[in-house]
Amino acid sequence: MSANGQDLIQGASGEWEVVIGLEVHAQVASASKLFSGADTSFGAPPNSQVSLVDAAMPGMLPVINRICVEQAVRTGLGLGAAINRVSIFDRKNYFYPDLPAGYQISQFKNPIVGEGEVEIELADGRTQTVGIERLHLEQDAGKSLHDQHPNLTYVDLNRAGVALMEIVSKPDMRSAEEAGAYLRKLRAILRYLGTCDGNMQEGSMRADVNVSVRRPGAELGTRTETKNLNSVRFVEQAIHYEARRQVDLIEGGGQVVQQTRLLDTERGITREMRSKEEAHDYRYFPDPDLLPLELEEEMIARIRSELPELPDAKRARYVAELGLSDYDAGVLVAEKETADFFETVAAGREAKTVANWVMGDFFGQLNRSGLDVADSPVSAAQLGGLLDLLDDGTISQRIAKQVFETMFQSGEDARTIVEREGLTQVSDSSEIEALIDTVIAENPDRVAEIRGGKDKLVGWFVGQVMKASQGKANPQLVNQLLRDKLLAG
Amino acid sequence: MSAGELAGLGIAEARRRLAAREISSAELTADCLAAVEAADALNAFILKTPETATEMAAAADARLARGDGGLLEGIPLAIKDLFCTNGIATTTASRILDGFTPPYESTVTEKLFAEGAVMVGKTNMDEFAMGSSSETSAWGPVINPWRATGDNSQRSPGGSSGGSASAVAAGLALGATGTDTGGSIRQPASLTGIVGCKPTYGRCSRWGVVAFSSSLDHPGPMARSVEDTALLLQAMSGHDPKDSTSADVPVPDFAAAIPGDLKGLKIGIPREYRVDGMPDAVETLWSTGADWLRAAGAEVVDISLPHTKYALPTYYIVAPAEASSNLARYDGVRYGLRVAQADVNDMYAATRRAGFGAEVRRRVLIGTYVLSAGYYDAYYLKAQQVRRLILRDFEEAFERVDAILTPTAPEAAFAIGAKSDDPIAMYLNDVFTVPGDLSGVPGISVPAGLSAEGLPLGLQVMARAFDEETMFRVAGRIEDAAGFDAKPAAWWRGES
Repeated sequence: MSANGQDLIQGASGEWEVVIGLEVHAQVASASKLFSGADTSFGAPPNSQVSLVDAAMPGMLPVINRICVEQAVRTGLGLGAAINRVSIFDRKNYFYPDLPAGYQISQFKNPIVGEGEVEIELADGRTQTVGIERLHLEQDAGKSLHDQHPNLTYVDLNRAGVALMEIVSKPDMRSAEEAGAYLRKLRAILRYLGTCDGNMQEGSMRADVNVSVRRPGAELGTRTETKNLNSVRFVEQAIHYEARRQVDLIEGGGQVVQQTRLLDTERGITREMRSKEEAHDYRYFPDPDLLPLELEEEMIARIRSELPELPDAKRARYVAELGLSDYDAGVLVAEKETADFFETVAAGREAKTVANWVMGDFFGQLNRSGLDVADSPVSAAQLGGLLDLLDDGTISQRIAKQVFETMFQSGEDARTIVEREGLTQVSDSSEIEALIDTVIAENPDRVAEIRGGKDKLVGWFVGQVMKASQGKANPQLVNQLLRDKLLAG
Repeated sequence: MSAGELAGLGIAEARRRLAAREISSAELTADCLAAVEAADALNAFILKTPETATEMAAAADARLARGDGGLLEGIPLAIKDLFCTNGIATTTASRILDGFTPPYESTVTEKLFAEGAVMVGKTNMDEFAMGSSSETSAWGPVINPWRATGDNSQRSPGGSSGGSASAVAAGLALGATGTDTGGSIRQPASLTGIVGCKPTYGRCSRWGVVAFSSSLDHPGPMARSVEDTALLLQAMSGHDPKDSTSADVPVPDFAAAIPGDLKGLKIGIPREYRVDGMPDAVETLWSTGADWLRAAGAEVVDISLPHTKYALPTYYIVAPAEASSNLARYDGVRYGLRVAQADVNDMYAATRRAGFGAEVRRRVLIGTYVLSAGYYDAYYLKAQQVRRLILRDFEEAFERVDAILTPTAPEAAFAIGAKSDDPIAMYLNDVFTVPGDLSGVPGISVPAGLSAEGLPLGLQVMARAFDEETMFRVAGRIEDAAGFDAKPAAWWRGES
């Protein structure tokens, strides 16, 4: 990494700078498609969610789905972007069996959302701004299934016509890490906004990555576009490979050719899909079936007023109002589910203690079980109940950790477990004194050592008494009483 | 009562007799079906639907008996085969839709049937409505019932709604639906001596009408009188949320707007609507028409629509551009014709080569060309700019006048095959109708006289967008004054 915070690639002939831009296709969270009433839920039987419009039957016409428009506006506002009061839907013409009309309805020259920006945080604590060039609405295509028959292709149109937001970044990223951070941040923002579920495995978010290399500060090089990457890891993999490939190519006397490439995820390499010469002429023109989309000011104002608190604002608030460290706040806001979980537990409780529990025992258990926050067997309310028992002295810190593990296995409330297993902390001094007296009587040598000045042995006695109480004795009380008996006398 | 007498009734008159129970829809429909059967020589129908018609007529009679008949209860109509009809094959006169039966009903036919109309069949037309002679149909040309005096050669009814025009002119149905993209309702109406109306763009829904050129396609009615045409338009009109270009405006009582003189109205005569080689009869009829309107109380003034000469070239960029995209869905994948090949691109090519006729292929190629990278700005974008100028011509003219009077077509019905090898000559037939499609203003063709050869000629009335009422009133005065009652000799009857 260079002094200005950019990652450079070391080539045989010197340093190279990687320039990266992302086009992210995010499926709009909406019950029905962009121009039809057909259902959009994932995993339905093939061709069970296809309207006459989606199948491009003769004489069928598209009608814009207001919800999808609102979601695009919401996303634009969440990205701090310009909302274009008038935008135009165009037809992108090409033949493909899973594109029923022979054209995709998209927005070419006049997108619904203009320039905006996203703040990203990097591992070394740097933050950086990535510019958004535009966001436009378009239809998804269907799916060609090549594995259903030895020499026929089957087509599933369930996805055909589903609304996508294509979010185009500026070429502002200089490393795979930055691209990964951008994609994660964008995903978090969309999920906070509720405009895309961000589920990359199901294809709700896909990225096309534009990569070029140049000498630091020189003119932009020729770029390649690696398409359809559905995880942050694949995006990073594609960038690493492409950057190195391009540097090696140029240094070997070759030239980068503008082309579309695909990532072979098993081998971690990219392959040419089609070159510029083979590129389609999409013959874009305004869709005459649709009027220009005009947005009402009051709709934009309403959506703006309903915007949720987004990760950057939430993080700042956790630091300023809850006294969390910037690091802890960053971890807690990274995923909407985590932030929601944290805030539910922290309501009326001590934020730092809650943060420690969420990030410590809670995350630890989730990681070990391979679960997401949403699938946690312990609800936020249940974790809160546990922390209340800790706070009012009913159980000790140690018992609390033990109870939490049980909760995670069984899904039971903390109180149920504590009562059933008799784990209530002993704070009755006569009961504890009896235990202390027994331990003192059994260890006269160590008592003598303490009285001879080895104060540190008190800790050993605390451990013995706790052990004798099976962990239930209030450790502060044990400590206090032991000191009284061993040191005062 | 002789055969064809009921089928020859006007819609308004048939409604009166049906309501009075003097006749039944079953009788009326049977008479039309018999006329259709006897008129195979006209090749006006791609599909006859006698069973459907008989059932619909019986249902109409039941409703009439209960006294709850709709606006068109029991009236037999012919439906252009561009309108999708639920459960009834729809081909748009193309082999590409071989075997296609829509599982849905177009909004316009839905509205007509909801008002009680009876469908006698699906009419022949130019393939995908691309043509001005109804000769490009995969099922062969439509024949005009009219013949020139002393000449038995077959004439074209014009197009693309030629089957509907011939059916109405020959008394096979009381009215018909058509679509007008460059003149496809008005020009055949003129060539067959009937009334045809292209309403304002957005007045009639395009949902379920097979698309040719989305921004130019206008569904509309064809009938034998101005009043009948107004009644049909009444039933066909209205906002349709399923068509984003459908206008959310009230539908007035069009027929009620017809009576009355033209006092206080100004009628424009556009000086650009004179073309080289236009027959004297057309020129004379036009000035006679102006005299009729003057006599009815209107003030007639000369106007200019300066961009008229660019209308046809503009049209022949915009319409093919949209068509090239609209017709991309006919790819052999989901419905209609498929010519199987091992490779999908070969399948597309083979299917579309076999499925589309020469004129459709020509327009798809032109459209693909004008939208291509490097040509878009010079052709499509320029055409859109000129289109706006043409619209502005009309807007400025309608600041001065209330309606515009022109000939509908530059000539009477031409012989079958006369223009088949000369696309430009064919396209010129729409020179007076294309501007109305490009601007979206309503226009109507009214039969007003006969040519020197004894063939019908129409006059066109155009009006402001959504002012069909003025258009109908002016058309009504032309109809009154012309007193056009000529009928074609029924040479086709008995042939089959």
